[in-house]
Amino acid sequence: MRRLLTLHALLVYLFLYLPILVIVALSFNESRRGVRFIGFTLDWYRSLFQDPRVLEYFLNTLLVAFVSTLVATVLGTLLAVGLVRYRFPGKSLLRYLLYIPVVVPDVVMGVSLLLLFALAREVLGFPRLSLFTVILGHITFQVAFVTLVVRSRLLLLDPALEEAARDLGARGWQTFWHVTLPLAWPGVAAGALLALTLSLDDFVVTFFTAGPGATTLPLYIYSSVKLGVSPKVHALSTLIIGLSAFFLALGYALTRRRV
Amino acid sequence: MNEASTPWQRAFRVLVTVGPGGLWLLLFVLLPTLLVLLASFLTRGPYGELTGPWGFHNYAKLLHPVYLEAFAQSLLVGVLATLISALLGYPLAFYIARHPQRDLLLFLLLLPFLTNFLIRVYAWLVLLQREGLVNALLGAFGLGPLILYPSFFAVLLATVYTFLPFFVLPVYASVERLDWQLLEAAYDLGARPVKAFLHAVLPQTYPGLFAGSVLVFIPAMGTFVVADLLGAGRVVLIGNLIQQQFGITRDWAFGAALSVFLMGFVLLSLYLYARLQGERGLKDLV
Repeated sequence: MRRLLTLHALLVYLFLYLPILVIVALSFNESRRGVRFIGFTLDWYRSLFQDPRVLEYFLNTLLVAFVSTLVATVLGTLLAVGLVRYRFPGKSLLRYLLYIPVVVPDVVMGVSLLLLFALAREVLGFPRLSLFTVILGHITFQVAFVTLVVRSRLLLLDPALEEAARDLGARGWQTFWHVTLPLAWPGVAAGALLALTLSLDDFVVTFFTAGPGATTLPLYIYSSVKLGVSPKVHALSTLIIGLSAFFLALGYALTRRRV
Repeated sequence: MNEASTPWQRAFRVLVTVGPGGLWLLLFVLLPTLLVLLASFLTRGPYGELTGPWGFHNYAKLLHPVYLEAFAQSLLVGVLATLISALLGYPLAFYIARHPQRDLLLFLLLLPFLTNFLIRVYAWLVLLQREGLVNALLGAFGLGPLILYPSFFAVLLATVYTFLPFFVLPVYASVERLDWQLLEAAYDLGARPVKAFLHAVLPQTYPGLFAGSVLVFIPAMGTFVVADLLGAGRVVLIGNLIQQQFGITRDWAFGAALSVFLMGFVLLSLYLYARLQGERGLKDLV
């Protein structure tokens, strides 16, 4: 039984890693098509780096990710604090709204934002579909995730700590800044990291909210893949896989040190 | 809670904390959702714009066999992907939970998952294409080449590949909380291994099993990217229909009706899940 379980786990991990390893191997393969390894080359990386568009798409992706994560983290953290600490009319409506971006398929979210932007353009004359609308779209799903993560952290905290701060004469914002926020910090950091990952990975919402000229790396990969297998995409994928592995390993090492 | 604050101060605090985020949700979540609902009752104009007359005609169109087939295919992808994920993920969750290096194994499970979604789908295109690895291996045994791409099989395989960790993680959480004494008790009472598992272990993992199923089923039937890249027109799911209406076909009214239908289906599966698990279960999902 034990052996069977081990074998099964081995096969599943093979299933998980085989496609990635093949992409990485092919990115160094001289052959343009097929899986026969005929010789080692860095040509695909060279042509990737010589393509100025790729750099532009990369910078677009980073810009969208950082701006949206920053805004969503601030909005989400404040919202989580408000939801946990105060009672107000419309609270249950907000709680339902928070779950919509989490459960609704992203294609539905993409088209509903497209409808909103189209209507706004008709009525107000803006916004044109661009990186700006992409950022608005990303913030929308990020806010939901950040709020939920920070809220679950806040619910673990002892309210007596804030009461103590108030009893000692701290004003509302002082309590928030010196007590609530430092205690909620792991949740805020986790929420921000999740938001950043979601933004960097997002294709669907970007696809529907981006206009001409607003291309991100996932959009570029999609349009290249639609044209078929390309060794340049192998090289780009290998770089992205390497980067995410590096950051995940870094996070893994840091959490292990803390424990 | 705090006697010192006046109603005005409290209102101010709510406004500062909830205000910006709440406004955002109203403007970018509630309003668009209502717009989709509204658009689904409108009609496509001659230039692809939304006009009157109002009516249920877009919903009537959903009953056309072409669209029913897309719906059936989405359902099939969702159900089969969930079943295959269970077969692969359930035993794996046990293996990881009982392994001395489980942190490392979880890390290795998440690593491919955190590389870009499109790349994970694309990798299967590379493996399954005519000159791909799978056909090369088959060729070594004197078989094939098979046309594995584009196909329903390719779509299913990549869907499972993409969402498998969503299944493993909740089951893993259940296995970690498992009370193994129940299993020992079952053995002491003379139960055979299979029976002991079915009565002492399986029911304890139901929460993880249900949560994992919902987390795979909903994105699996709602996605359009996998079918778009690996089905290449042969596999058309609801998501692909929606994308077409908002892309080349430019029938936003019908696309909105399809979106409402998909959303309704997702909410229905969540409702069934909540009935099975109780209200608390919904919180376990996120």
